[in-house]
Amino acid sequence: MSNINRRNFIKTSSALAAASAVPFPMINLRSAEAAGTVKVGILHSLTGTIAIAEKSVVDAEMLAIEEINKAGGVMGHRIEPVVEDGASDWPTFAEKARKLLERDRVAAVMGCYTSASRKAVLPVFEKLKGLLYYPTYYEGLEMSPNIMYTAQEATQSVIAAMDWLYKNKGKTFYMIGSDYIWPRTTIKIAKYTLKKLGGKLVGEGYYPLGHIEFSSEINKIKAAKPDVILNCVVGGSNVAFFKQLTASGITGDKQTILSLAVSEEEVSGIGADNTAGTMTCMGYFQSLKNPENQKFVKAFKAKYGQNRVTGDTLECGYNSVYLWKLAAEKAKSFDVEKVVAASSGLEIDAPEGKVRFHKSNHHLWKHARIGTFLPDGQVNMVYESPLIEPNPFPKL
Amino acid sequence: MAAAIAPVSRGFLQRYAIVILAVVLLAVLPLSLDIFRLGLAAKYLSLAFCAVGIVLIWGYGGILSLGQGVFFGLGSYMMAMFLKLESTGADTSAQALSSFFGSNLPDFMVWNSVEQLPWWWEPFHHVWFTIPAILILPPVVAFVLSYLNFRRRIGDVYFSIITLAFSAILAIVIIGQQGVTGGVNGITDFRTFMGINLDPDNVKIAMYYITCVLLLVCVLIGTFILRSRLGKVLVAIRDREDRVRFSGYDPALFKAFIFAVAALFSSIGGAMFTLQVGLASPSLVGITPSIEMVIYAAVGGRLSLVGAVYGAMLVGAAKTFFSENFVEFWLYLIGGLFIVIVMFLPHGLAGLLDKLPGAKRHRLAALPGPEPDAAGQAAGERPAARLAGEVGGGK
Repeated sequence: MSNINRRNFIKTSSALAAASAVPFPMINLRSAEAAGTVKVGILHSLTGTIAIAEKSVVDAEMLAIEEINKAGGVMGHRIEPVVEDGASDWPTFAEKARKLLERDRVAAVMGCYTSASRKAVLPVFEKLKGLLYYPTYYEGLEMSPNIMYTAQEATQSVIAAMDWLYKNKGKTFYMIGSDYIWPRTTIKIAKYTLKKLGGKLVGEGYYPLGHIEFSSEINKIKAAKPDVILNCVVGGSNVAFFKQLTASGITGDKQTILSLAVSEEEVSGIGADNTAGTMTCMGYFQSLKNPENQKFVKAFKAKYGQNRVTGDTLECGYNSVYLWKLAAEKAKSFDVEKVVAASSGLEIDAPEGKVRFHKSNHHLWKHARIGTFLPDGQVNMVYESPLIEPNPFPKL
Repeated sequence: MAAAIAPVSRGFLQRYAIVILAVVLLAVLPLSLDIFRLGLAAKYLSLAFCAVGIVLIWGYGGILSLGQGVFFGLGSYMMAMFLKLESTGADTSAQALSSFFGSNLPDFMVWNSVEQLPWWWEPFHHVWFTIPAILILPPVVAFVLSYLNFRRRIGDVYFSIITLAFSAILAIVIIGQQGVTGGVNGITDFRTFMGINLDPDNVKIAMYYITCVLLLVCVLIGTFILRSRLGKVLVAIRDREDRVRFSGYDPALFKAFIFAVAALFSSIGGAMFTLQVGLASPSLVGITPSIEMVIYAAVGGRLSLVGAVYGAMLVGAAKTFFSENFVEFWLYLIGGLFIVIVMFLPHGLAGLLDKLPGAKRHRLAALPGPEPDAAGQAAGERPAARLAGEVGGGK
């Protein structure tokens, strides 16, 4: 009896296998604009080590999509988000980017956080003529025709920060960073700026991502007695770095410490006690006083919870969706080339104020803002630069 | 239609396992999948090389390696170095970057202020160095490393731990030396292979077929080894190493040899992966991917070379399917799949065959094995004893 069942099972499954072997015409009529909707890909890590940072970017992007849909969509098309998980794994990012472009035929993708994931998907976007909006501040040195960079590149934060620090805080600098492309490039630009200003570098150090033992570096810092510590440590290492600084008596009230990769979101992980009094340089703070930002913060908290905070990358992700919408409306098309062309010089009232795309280099004109962390983890802004022209290939 | 298909017996599936696999890979999949899915299949098949190797060393050699990612990574990186050097010369955006920085090196070296191409990159300008290197270097490394261990009779769990350490070390070295390895970003953005543009669909289809043929060749080599006397000694070593040693054999040599063969397979897989996916990344070298490769073999059935290929494809397809359809909790589903397979199919997919009619032989006699007889008995102790008797060792 059971044999008969097994035989039946095999017959059926063989028949199925045979049926699936019959070639059928590729049904790929689905396109981005079918039936009054337009597909937009969301490609971030929802699992893995970077998920903690990227999930909130997804939240912000979904909020923007929801708002746009409520207001009638893009040229009458509802945005249909297609969310894919890059899983903090670069080959997976490449696979999912390909899937979004080839299978889902999305009109644009909001995605990536680390430079590594962007480098992995870049060839895919270029070959398949896709369009990626990249919402994270990064090191520059890139300008793909298929990527729009909506956060600041290195010169828009570090040069402004160095100028301000040199004028207001002192002439000797100690620079420390995680050991990968963004901190290295940023510190390279910082050193060059410092040399031009006439200041002095008294030490620098690099540690692998995830490093948690900074006591020897802190001893060197103590011996070097710099006026300013420029901190380019990224991610979880900051928790250890700030705790060990505090433990060794170096705190924000006595020593100028400016971090280039610590926003309100990271502070909730580091602990506001440890960062109070230290400085940060970003394009956006949750505490910015303008109607656009108040609306954004309110909507974000209403959707995701009152204890959530917004930060720079989150806000850039939110802007990205609106920037794409405006460009598509201006181009009257979802065609990638037309959207990119329409983006040239495109201006938007973002939560961080007015920003606009550069005429040709795919980056945004942005403000650099310097502020001091308060004991509640929010930022008290002390300096705001005028809009800075993006320059992804600085002459050093 | 169903009536037209004769009842398929287990013996039939076993006898023609490789033929069936060839039909599936060379005809069924290309006809039923579109180009995107075929590309994904090619990616899983590149990982299947490692799983086939693991069946050889783990299923038949009793060596559980948690470091196959090392050899996969070596193959992958050597291919990536060649592709990167080729595309650096040809690519316009790379040229723009190079002229901006005043040097003609791969992009990541430029960012890291590396002034000169490291000497060990130089030979990878030539494809006639690269391909032999992919085929020779990893097996040699594997042979030397494992022979030193097996000589000193380091085996079982200790060897697993050592292989685990190797994969961790290689991943750390790659991430740490980013100026010359691309670090955590890996090496990406290739354009051509020996002047052939890698993008067009027909090139991708050709790559898929090349991967399939290489994989089938690896499975055939594996089958051949297992059916040879060498394979029998190997099984004997797995079951009673001391008796084989007393018989005058040097088990270390046999184990190191089969370990080198598995490394060769992994390296070929790595090279094909890089060619098709278009990147080399430390995330395919470290501990997690190495363990995942063992899972492929376990899912397929660790005594089945053909099963390993299905295992790799099933896990890969499940990952893609679950993550596309259940973005939020797909990892739990993958975990659940592994648990179900281990609990209900301890011999993997190949174990399914035992449940078919005509199953008379020992359960461990997996499908493509050596002759089913030998594998069946190998599970017990008799062959080792018989072998010892044959070669005149004391009994």
